[in-house]
Amino acid sequence: MSQSTKNYYLPGPSFWPLIASISLFLLAGGFTMVLNKISMGTPLMIAGAVSLAYLLFGWFKEVIGESVSKFYNKQVDLSFRWGMGWFIFSEVMFFFGFFGALFYARNVSVPWLSDAKLLWPNFVAGWPTSGPGITEAFTAMGPWGLPAINTLLLLTSGVTLTWAHWGLMKDKRTQLKIGLALTILLGAIFLYLQMHEYAEAGFTIKTGIYGATFYMLTGFHGLHVTMGAIMLSIILFRVMKGHFNSHDHFGFEAVAWYWHFVDVVWLFLFIFVYWL
Amino acid sequence: MSTTTAAHHDDHGHDSHGHPTGIMRWVKSTNHKDIGTMYLWFSFTMFLFAGAMAMGIRAELFQPGLQFVQPETFNQLTTLHGLIMIFGAIMPAFVGFANWQVPLMIGAPDMAFPRLNNMSFWLLIPAAILLVASIFVPGGAVAGGWTMYPPLSVQAGMSMDMSIFALHILGVSSIVGSINIITTIFNMRAPGMTLMKMPMFVWTWLITAYLLIAAMPVLAGALTMLITDRHFGTTFFNAAGGGDPVLFQHVFWFFGHPEVYIMILPAFGILSTIIPTFARKPLFGYASMVYATAAIAVLSFVVWAHHMFTTGMPVAGQLFFMYSTMLISVPTGVKVFNWLATMWKGSMTFETPMLFSIAVVFLFTIGGLTGLVCAILPVDIQLQDTYYVVAHFHYVLFSGAAMSIMGGVYYWLPKWTGHMYDETLGKWHFWTTTIAFNVTFFPMHFTGLAGMPRRIPDYSQQFAEFNMISSLGAFALGISQLLFLYVVIKCIRGGEKATSQVWEGAHGLEWTVASPAPFHTFETPPQVK
Repeated sequence: MSQSTKNYYLPGPSFWPLIASISLFLLAGGFTMVLNKISMGTPLMIAGAVSLAYLLFGWFKEVIGESVSKFYNKQVDLSFRWGMGWFIFSEVMFFFGFFGALFYARNVSVPWLSDAKLLWPNFVAGWPTSGPGITEAFTAMGPWGLPAINTLLLLTSGVTLTWAHWGLMKDKRTQLKIGLALTILLGAIFLYLQMHEYAEAGFTIKTGIYGATFYMLTGFHGLHVTMGAIMLSIILFRVMKGHFNSHDHFGFEAVAWYWHFVDVVWLFLFIFVYWL
Repeated sequence: MSTTTAAHHDDHGHDSHGHPTGIMRWVKSTNHKDIGTMYLWFSFTMFLFAGAMAMGIRAELFQPGLQFVQPETFNQLTTLHGLIMIFGAIMPAFVGFANWQVPLMIGAPDMAFPRLNNMSFWLLIPAAILLVASIFVPGGAVAGGWTMYPPLSVQAGMSMDMSIFALHILGVSSIVGSINIITTIFNMRAPGMTLMKMPMFVWTWLITAYLLIAAMPVLAGALTMLITDRHFGTTFFNAAGGGDPVLFQHVFWFFGHPEVYIMILPAFGILSTIIPTFARKPLFGYASMVYATAAIAVLSFVVWAHHMFTTGMPVAGQLFFMYSTMLISVPTGVKVFNWLATMWKGSMTFETPMLFSIAVVFLFTIGGLTGLVCAILPVDIQLQDTYYVVAHFHYVLFSGAAMSIMGGVYYWLPKWTGHMYDETLGKWHFWTTTIAFNVTFFPMHFTGLAGMPRRIPDYSQQFAEFNMISSLGAFALGISQLLFLYVVIKCIRGGEKATSQVWEGAHGLEWTVASPAPFHTFETPPQVK
């Protein structure tokens, strides 16, 4: 395939886009039914999730196959870099929306509710708060227990990942494997502690605006850590199979970018959700 | 799978030989031209569907009193008309143009990610099914307006969930599509095609793609909060829990105002392509056009609350958003004057695409000026939710976006089909559309200033004449679009053979390839001087 390394690789006809469309249709339709208590919903959602998993597995397998077969030249590699970079930017904007909601609640809506004496004359602004209409007592999450440990875990995982990257650059495969495995392990411990924190928490997602913003932000972050850990595991599996070398490893770098992004989001969470 | 794609890869450089035919050509497509065609047909189908809903709205408003539909149905009609026109008709039409034209204009063999490109298209189908099917679920279609403000949207029935998920899926499609366009433009340009040599249409789409990847995820966040408020007991938009319904409006319009420019910047790109061609002069002030487009994009993120002047914002906030909104007229004015200067002393001819472009410059400027009127805080408090606003945004979205799309279709149709369209019928389509559009929407300025509220199926007797005129115009506008369909189909089926150049004054790489454009183009990058 000397031709293909000269020209930009253009894939032939593919079924994956249609499967993506069907999977998301099943997931969305099924979830709508589940939310509205229609019994068909659960099987539809399961079918959607299975076909989505099949899609991700199959499509990535195809792309990895093309990469290993050296179909991609430098220009294709650069396309992947542009694509991944701006995908992460769109993720940043997704979290930006939720952080915006948190700032709005703390600085605008809660003080307003306290200033306007019409509906709830006794409500005093403060944070954390479950709002004037929800009176159940709750205990807020402090920053210096598990959250601080979690911060250390994620920061360390960033270091181990970079160490693994150095291993890859210097062709030290053992260092690469150990670094990746440590990173995944730290991510898994983080997720375990996060679940533990949820289980022990003195409030729920229904505890007013505090509970809503807390669980929305930490929940979506946890989801992203889970995704990142799965992606890292696939990279480790590929390393075991002998993929990647010091000059051709964008799959590794893309996942590393994603992992660092998740790490940075956590720092903002720690400061604005747990600490201040 | 990797072996089969490798086999197909060997076929490249011949023609479409070895590619599936029939329906599979479209379903499995990785060709930017085929995908662009699918986008454009999807968009036109949705345009007729949402247009039919507009016919229902105008039929009900033909006379005062309730004639054809119940108020609930009327609300469903206005809501679905808005959602489908924005997300189903206008946005996909521009993506269709981007697919067809961007690789041709920059000398690229295809989009950077051909498979993701097709996924972006095929995700439109489930979203459209969810939106349309919501008409038939218990409680009827989504009826809270396309902006979906809580608390109405928190209380609404199952159709709200379907619409939210439809918008989630459309968001995925838009984000993936935009990443594809950004990557294509930055990484696939032919040697010598520097950024400041790119055609204006490519520039406007590059900036639009950035608006999309910055704004769509924020909409996804707003919709997710809506879903959890509806079903999981969160209180983001409920004051009892410390939240605020107005929060939704802030997050929504943080997406919503860039969205407005997402629907107009590519139209500016089309105008900046057509006007120089038929004025036979280069675009006046190319660099200032690029900077003006970027300025509009940046400003679009700091004006959102002008949609919310009556929600009880602090005065400082109201003033900020009033001034920032007025500031947008500066770069927009730069663009309008550049188009006028391009035409100045040009040797102009008035083929259909040029007629549409001139009409857009004129009518969009009216829409822009009424936008300035709405931006003035004390005036807007009077105008909020009246027909004046409806007139304003139809002047920018129909006579701005939709008529640019029509002009663009006439302009590139010979390149796409290999045939010239019927010029006489094209001109008929132009004049009927332009006249009927003005008959429909110009009277709304008057009814709006007189205080007629939008989204209400009935009205006071004093508005009867103007509403009857609007409705007659709307029916004529609707019928005119069937003529458009006829002209396009006639052009696809035959007609005078188009040359590669097509238009005497056209410049750019897309006019160096044959008409119709071959299945594969620029497999070896051209040299741009």
